[in-house]
Amino acid sequence: MSEIFSSIILPAVIFMGGLGVLLGVVIGVFAKYFKVDSDPRVELVTELLPGANCGGCGKAGCSDFAKSVVDGENPPGKCPVSSPEQVSSIARALGIDAGESFARRAVVCCGGDVEQMVRTPNYNGVLDCASAVLVAGGPKGCSYGCIGMGSCARKCPFGAIEIINNLAVVHSELCVGCGTCVAVCPRGVIKLVPAEAEVHVYCNNPDKGPDKRKVCKVSCLGCRKCERYSAEKFGTSGFLASVKYDAAELPTAADVEAIGCPTGALLTAKRHLEIETNNPEFAPNEDK
Amino acid sequence: MSEEIKNTESVRLPDAEKLVLSSSPHVSTSDTVRKIMYKVLLALLPAVIAGVWYFGLRALCVIILTTVCCIGAEALWCKLAGKEVKNTILDGSAAVTGVLLALNMPSSVPVYIPVIGAFLAIWLGKQVYGGIGNNPFNPAIVARVGLLIAFPAAMTMWTAPRNFEKSFGYENFVTPQQRIILQKGGKAAETITCATPLGAVKMSDKEEFAQGFYSHPQMLWNCFIGNRGGCIGETCVPALLLGFIVLVAFKLINWKIPVCFVGTVAVFGAVIHTISPALAPMPLFHVLSGGLLLGAIFMATDMVTSPITPLGAIVFGVGCGIVTSVIRFWGNYPEGVSFAILLMNALVPLIDRFCGIRPFGYVKARKEVAK
Amino acid sequence: MKINNNAVLSFKGGIHPSGNGKDLTSAKAVQTAPLMERYFVLLGQNAGKAPEPVVNKGDVVKKYQLIAQASGFVSANLHAPTSGTVGGLVTVPGPMGVPAQAIEIVSDNLDEAVEPMESIDWRNSDSKTILDRIARCGLVGMGGASFPTHVKLSPPPDKVIDTLIFNGAECEPYLTADHRLMVEAPRKVLEGAAIVGKILGVENIFIGIEVNKADAITELQTIADGYGVKIVPLQVQYPQGSEKQLIDAITGREVRSGGLPMDAGCVVQNVGTAKAVYDAVVGGIPLIERVVTVTGEVVAEPGNWLLRIGTPVMKVIELAKGVTDDPGKLILGGPMMGFAQKSYDVPVSKNTSGILLLSKADAVNYGSGSCIRCGRCVSACPMHLVPCLLGCAIESERYDLAAQNHVMDCLECGACAYVCPAHRPLIQHLRRAKSEIRRRSQKK
Repeated sequence: MSEIFSSIILPAVIFMGGLGVLLGVVIGVFAKYFKVDSDPRVELVTELLPGANCGGCGKAGCSDFAKSVVDGENPPGKCPVSSPEQVSSIARALGIDAGESFARRAVVCCGGDVEQMVRTPNYNGVLDCASAVLVAGGPKGCSYGCIGMGSCARKCPFGAIEIINNLAVVHSELCVGCGTCVAVCPRGVIKLVPAEAEVHVYCNNPDKGPDKRKVCKVSCLGCRKCERYSAEKFGTSGFLASVKYDAAELPTAADVEAIGCPTGALLTAKRHLEIETNNPEFAPNEDK
Repeated sequence: MSEEIKNTESVRLPDAEKLVLSSSPHVSTSDTVRKIMYKVLLALLPAVIAGVWYFGLRALCVIILTTVCCIGAEALWCKLAGKEVKNTILDGSAAVTGVLLALNMPSSVPVYIPVIGAFLAIWLGKQVYGGIGNNPFNPAIVARVGLLIAFPAAMTMWTAPRNFEKSFGYENFVTPQQRIILQKGGKAAETITCATPLGAVKMSDKEEFAQGFYSHPQMLWNCFIGNRGGCIGETCVPALLLGFIVLVAFKLINWKIPVCFVGTVAVFGAVIHTISPALAPMPLFHVLSGGLLLGAIFMATDMVTSPITPLGAIVFGVGCGIVTSVIRFWGNYPEGVSFAILLMNALVPLIDRFCGIRPFGYVKARKEVAK
Repeated sequence: MKINNNAVLSFKGGIHPSGNGKDLTSAKAVQTAPLMERYFVLLGQNAGKAPEPVVNKGDVVKKYQLIAQASGFVSANLHAPTSGTVGGLVTVPGPMGVPAQAIEIVSDNLDEAVEPMESIDWRNSDSKTILDRIARCGLVGMGGASFPTHVKLSPPPDKVIDTLIFNGAECEPYLTADHRLMVEAPRKVLEGAAIVGKILGVENIFIGIEVNKADAITELQTIADGYGVKIVPLQVQYPQGSEKQLIDAITGREVRSGGLPMDAGCVVQNVGTAKAVYDAVVGGIPLIERVVTVTGEVVAEPGNWLLRIGTPVMKVIELAKGVTDDPGKLILGGPMMGFAQKSYDVPVSKNTSGILLLSKADAVNYGSGSCIRCGRCVSACPMHLVPCLLGCAIESERYDLAAQNHVMDCLECGACAYVCPAHRPLIQHLRRAKSEIRRRSQKK
């Protein structure tokens, strides 16, 4: 019995015990000399942030943004996703100023869905917008509009973009304005606009009217009808109208009705969504 | 003038609406993944026929059952995962896995083993990683190793091949009781079990080595033609070599992998044999016995799980050979091919990374900098 | 130097496309196209800056008259393909698939030419005179890249050029334009080559030709000595006609990564350019026409045509008696590197070597299957890259990994995608990565 103890049990106990002590010492040494100091405030702010890691603030993620807030680099209001209440709770926790908060929304400035835009029906290749652009400028006729392969929709952290009839459409109630889609789009057709804005020009083609008309039925012809209606609210650059989003007063649904855009490129976001989703409740001429 | 117009009218002009838009190149080889898999099946055919010849209809049943189960497992996974079923089945990769797995089983396995093996191979070995092309390990090897560990007895019950009782030195591979039955005129095939040559070597004492039984030309000849115990597909060397020729002729495998694999085992065996004949019989015995050739030709060369670069193929083959030899000489298992391939499969990304090829125009650049 | 007697040279890598479609047109003599009603001369048909139009709507022009002036050093003049009226600056489908600006010339069916420039006695002229003439005539590389020839022939003084290579490999399947040119106008090609040699002061002048053009090789070999040009037979292997691979095959030199042929002491020109140089210098004629192969299984009468620059493709298809079936693809250039078109209204430009109508059966159908790591693309890649791993890295948007693995060295020759049994759109992936990496480095 004692033989078994001395020849088997004892060496094993000594070996395992020694190994345990050795590793314990190593871990202890590492914990002491390679310690990473973390600020408890960073963790607090990270918890208060929405945790979507969308990158809309320009930082690598929410904890990175929290660090920059604690360091005073960014005001909490720079987070595009947080509601004003969330922002103020972060500011209160840190005892700092909340900073100005701009709520923004993404808009795909294109109405060229399958029915409206000339399109080569047979595309054979990678289903990704930036790749499709490299093949003869993509399958659609317009070289400025939405390609409709959904690169933005796949990247949206909030699932706010839907591809309907080969056109990306933003559901503004889901959009938080993080801007991920803006960076993804190879055509630059997605724009960030103030959240209050209801009316947008759904065209991105600066070419001459007749050239646009050849490829798309709902393009902006550059007729300046809207600019004549209100130069404060609308502008035209080249042959493309635009909404002046930084103006004191933003255009409303009533303005759109009064102008009566000849091609229907000027629309409220709501109406645009209705047209694209082809909701039977909303026939083309029956505005709400 | 009017005639000219008529001419143009009769000319059929193409319709732009029907044009397809795609990136260059606009033509491609007619070869497809499906054709590749079917060619691999063709290359496996000689080994299948040899297996059935030596181990009887039961072997054929095992092969068919395993293949059907593999295809079924793949179909079931695709169905559950919401993938397309028909094309995935038709690409033939599940069938290849099934046949390979069956060739790696003894013909005496109970029915549940092929079924479990098929699910191990297709689900655990392939589909959990994302299906064809994404699996780091050869699915058939994963299943074989899994079965070997889970059912060691069933996976090492070797049926004696046809005419075994007439072959040279068969007494060394059967139990004394069986020896008596056979000596009385009993038939070996499908009735009794026998040891594989490698297993017998592990069991045998050093005296037999000294007698040189395992290096006897007749013993080697038996191993070569396949008249020995073993898995269904591993015994008949001519059939495996025929498969090798087919694979190389169709350019389906990198010949460097099997050549380096087998070569390393031979060289390693020769070195050990010279140093200590008691530890290893002559190298040719090691090459011809066990699953080395089946593994080297069909398993290690699996496109998905072998290195892509020419140098990587050599490193992979040599690595497989070394691990196999080490397990065979010093390990507990008589056979080490599956473990070796599995281990080297895990190293493939690393091998690919460190055995890259020199891109065009990079040596000159360095020289110019040096100037 | 790898040259020795009658060796058939090649490079490492590449592919051998089966049934390369050259039989359709390789024996067909070049036909001259009749006058068209309208020509659309694209402005941006050279690499570099597009030239500025110097004519206005309604102007009457004559054949060879300058209609657009080079707008910088890396730019090329354009000339009227025939006499007629200028229809103005119009937007037409461009060869890259996006709409492009073109000068419309409405023919008056008279084809009156302005006085040709006088012939230059090039053997006794200095390089500058000859180069000026080449620039005036609007010559660009006719192989595909359409880089202005006078720029390519003016290497910086610190680069030593000792070898001049003419590319008669024509390794693209289906195309036979260069082949016919060499068979039918061998003396013009050779004299053009000698003129370029004179400009660069280079003695070593080679014309590399793939051995499947045996008639062109014999034709040229019998008279080449008189021009101081050596004919080099090359193996039939794609992409034999790529600059870097051609230099490697003929001289054994490797152009360094990111470098130009001149870094290896070489200048490479297309044989079509050599003929255009001859026309410009000796004939005094600007570049207004070129040989184009009109081919494909569905073309009723495939052939080689001498077409004026600006001819709409649809008119060319009419010349070829239309189609027998609706083609799956319209490609300008060859099937490996040419560009798929959306419209038949695209006009012929200076670098259009072929108009290819691929039948649906012949055209590749790209799939979305996974890579099975068969490694065929690795042995096919003439730049010795690992396209399959690059493709997988790019699919998961790992552009950094792609850049580390030298994706920027890719020629986009298409050899990898050709051999891929899973028919993965590898070239599209690689192009995507290249454009993305270029965009990111510009951002920084």
